[in-house]
Amino acid sequence: MDQIFVENLHKTYRIAERQPGLSGAVRGLFHRRYRTVRALNGISFNLKRGELVGYIGPNGAGKSTTVKVLSGILVPDSGSCIVLGRVPWSERVEHVQHIGVVFGQRTQLWWDLPVVESFELLRSIYSVSPGAYKARLAQLVEQLDLGSFLDTPVRQLSLGQRMRSDLAASLLHNPELLFLDEPTIGLDAVSKLAVRAFIRELNTQHGTTVILTTHDMDDIEALCTRVMVIGDGAILSDGPLEALRKTVHSERDLIMDLERDVEVDERDARIIKQENQRVHLRFDPAHISTPALIGRLTARYPVRDLFVENPPIEEIIAQLYRQRAIE
Amino acid sequence: MSPYWAIFSGRLRMLLQYRTAALAGLGTQVFWGLIRVMAFEAFYRSSDAPVPLSVGQTADYIWLSQAFLMLLPIRLDSEIRAMVRSGSVAYELVRPLHLYSLWYARTVASCLAPTALRCIPLLLIAFFLFDMGLPATPGAALAFSLTMISALLLAAALSNVLNITLLWTLTGEGMAHIAQVATFLFCGMIVPLPLFPDGVQTVLNYSPFAGLMDLPFRLYIGHIPAEDVGGVLLRQIGWTAGFIAFGRWLLRRGTRVLVTQGG
Repeated sequence: MDQIFVENLHKTYRIAERQPGLSGAVRGLFHRRYRTVRALNGISFNLKRGELVGYIGPNGAGKSTTVKVLSGILVPDSGSCIVLGRVPWSERVEHVQHIGVVFGQRTQLWWDLPVVESFELLRSIYSVSPGAYKARLAQLVEQLDLGSFLDTPVRQLSLGQRMRSDLAASLLHNPELLFLDEPTIGLDAVSKLAVRAFIRELNTQHGTTVILTTHDMDDIEALCTRVMVIGDGAILSDGPLEALRKTVHSERDLIMDLERDVEVDERDARIIKQENQRVHLRFDPAHISTPALIGRLTARYPVRDLFVENPPIEEIIAQLYRQRAIE
Repeated sequence: MSPYWAIFSGRLRMLLQYRTAALAGLGTQVFWGLIRVMAFEAFYRSSDAPVPLSVGQTADYIWLSQAFLMLLPIRLDSEIRAMVRSGSVAYELVRPLHLYSLWYARTVASCLAPTALRCIPLLLIAFFLFDMGLPATPGAALAFSLTMISALLLAAALSNVLNITLLWTLTGEGMAHIAQVATFLFCGMIVPLPLFPDGVQTVLNYSPFAGLMDLPFRLYIGHIPAEDVGGVLLRQIGWTAGFIAFGRWLLRRGTRVLVTQGG
């Protein structure tokens, strides 16, 4: 069953522009120049219950704007959008009772209050019954390991602790749909893994639908079955991660460590990098099968170790943008 | 507990922590009160013309205005201002609450907390050290209390309009300055309204600002008889309703033009 229908959303911002210099500032007093930014330029997609979707794109592509329209904060210029059977911006109060939102760069917790008091306030705001709240809190405290800092004022938390608390705060009212806007921004490796594990569990165990915007491709690889790529306010690609890889190019990388320095030359693969005894080769599996290539290389060269991997997703995205720019 | 009540009481408890600021403010307000009382005494001594308020009544009026200074709608709510600037205001909109009521609850708390912290010690000092008088009659005391409560609700409605203008101005300094000049002049903070020229007075009496200070204070000193409390309340409540309606309309427009900046 589809939970989200989005059709042809448009949103433009008008931004006053300052002309440079003193004379520009004086002219600006009488005549303002505006620049129109098209944040969303005809976005359409549907989303099913229980999906975990990655929403990626460069800065300023319209990711956050989409999330803000879907969560009822912003009103689009045109287009339609139904989330959980409601139009987010016209039935905002009813709508937000059923969704959770985390904006990674800001906190929804009260800066001067201990974490648990922020939770209490949110409990009142969402009218969660005391029994349900207690059970939910206990569960979140355990899953996110919040126990040691529940009584600490938010301003004294580390970024990782704060993010885990923010995640818990967005889930106290048990939403069916969760929007995560850059939830791993600025986190260290351990915290990132903890946050990812939690999101995965939430999605698989509770069936919560999650829309995740991020710049961290590892988030996408670790979590998402479906990826939407947005650029300049339009969706460039939508589908499983594997399909995205294939639409751009199907090449793979083979990395091998050699016993000693040898000049490598292989007609079906090109060398993209060679540092000391480590050689990076790129090949097209449609052209030569991976076992055949490995067989040939191990026969010809003193290979100590080798492994095959997909090209980094950043590269795929960058190439996708280049292709679109040419078209 | 209603969510709006929770926001109100949370904010109130938070603001009641600022005791040092209240103490410093108290010192300043006592000092200014003395200067103002002395200035008016000097005016009264220099003239024998009939006066609308006696020296004692004027002094009481001034001490009251010093005590309730923090009630005036001349400041922006620091929390709302920080949220608008940083963009966290987005989180306010993902709460299942009506934004106007949410901000109103917060604003009532931020008008009430600093006033509550300062008015009692200041009034005690004025009573015991500077001969401030008690309410004119027991009826006047009751009328004063009632109209001060509705003054709080009116002040919050006006403050909330200021808070909402933040959606356009972001800093709100300019709006706060304009509000400060108008409020100080028209609520009786600079010169008690009965001392204004007669022609201006009729207008001032019906302005929204009179309900913040002047009308309750005149009930206290007996310049307005306690029986007339109904008319005063009606004026205050009318203006409060008007400014709430205006604020709601402004906020509706504001959220439609909302641009969430930076990520």
